Amino acid sequence: MSNATLQRRSLVKQMLAGADGNLLVIAGLGSANWDVTEAGDRPLNMPLWGSMGAPVPMGLGLALAQPKKRVLVITGDGDMLMSLSSLATVAAQQPDNLAVVVLDNEKFGETGNQATATAPRNNGPTDSGAGTDLAMIAKGCGIADSATVREVSEVAQLVKDARTTKGPVFRLVKVMVEKLEFVMPPQDGAHLKDRFRQALGIKPT
Amino acid sequence: MNVELKSAEWKDQIFDVFQDHDIKQVFHVPDAGHSRLIELCQKSNSIRTLALTTEEEGIPLAAGAWLGGQRSVLLMQSSGVGNTINLMGMPKTLRFPFLTLITMRGDYGEFNSWQYPMGQATPKVLEAMGVLVYSVDKPEEVKATVDAAARSAFNGGQSVAVLLRQKLLGIKNFGKK
Repeated sequence: MSNATLQRRSLVKQMLAGADGNLLVIAGLGSANWDVTEAGDRPLNMPLWGSMGAPVPMGLGLALAQPKKRVLVITGDGDMLMSLSSLATVAAQQPDNLAVVVLDNEKFGETGNQATATAPRNNGPTDSGAGTDLAMIAKGCGIADSATVREVSEVAQLVKDARTTKGPVFRLVKVMVEKLEFVMPPQDGAHLKDRFRQALGIKPT
Repeated sequence: MNVELKSAEWKDQIFDVFQDHDIKQVFHVPDAGHSRLIELCQKSNSIRTLALTTEEEGIPLAAGAWLGGQRSVLLMQSSGVGNTINLMGMPKTLRFPFLTLITMRGDYGEFNSWQYPMGQATPKVLEAMGVLVYSVDKPEEVKATVDAAARSAFNGGQSVAVLLRQKLLGIKNFGKK
């Protein structure tokens, strides 16, 4: 078992508190989507229902297109593991308005809590990972401001880093394994995309 | 007109089409066939050029750019198409315009047997994912084809791929005759 003590829902709610027209949020599929939606469904959230591995490059394209807005990508360890090299693509562009927060419970939550590579090695026959450190990978890819958050006392700074610290920012947050309610946003991708663009004041084609 | 000059000409024309269609982000992997076009984009003040680690990143990047109000293009080789297939569903699910220009390998006189499986499958897998496939093998048709593809994408809201055939690009032979 992971010895994490942070609860994902509460800290996501704090990261998104008072979200206004300046904050553009991409949420990865599965738990991160439900976390962000529980904090409050809003047009400037783009919660994904599929497309594993997409949130970081999607956040990058958005951050470059909207350099005056803050772009916050919230996703899980399984999703991040599927697109590790996109962190190098982010580092090459150095978007100062992009933050990536990975909620790491060391599990593939949607498929039955199998261990991801971020789980410790030698953790028993069915629960062992590789001890992969995503913050170190982000730093190694060239995102200098990469760090790990484990304690409740660090959450206030995490919120600040997610919302305002000069990007690119990468935060790995070790969170508990919890069984939580599914809180679902609309599923229609075209609707989610259209309401997002409309909220930004972009005219339909 | 010698072949080299002609080749430079159609590559410059693709860049002109990008400008005409207000392309703001261009995603690419290193590619001999696209290298002149990539350099033109890198030198441009109006286009942001991103080098990718894998072609797959190009689809969510295009989605993010479109969410933020910008048009983009993905440049890749036929061998990279296979890396994009699952995420090629995004333009359909989110219903956003998507344009990609693909330099073909394993297509016409290819010497490298490793290029054939993906090269030959490229149009089929693109079509299977609902991408419109345009194909061009004559230098004088490049500009009009890329322009039509951009119209189908950005005016017509479609996913469109332009295959730049090996007949157009010239056969890569690594010095072998």
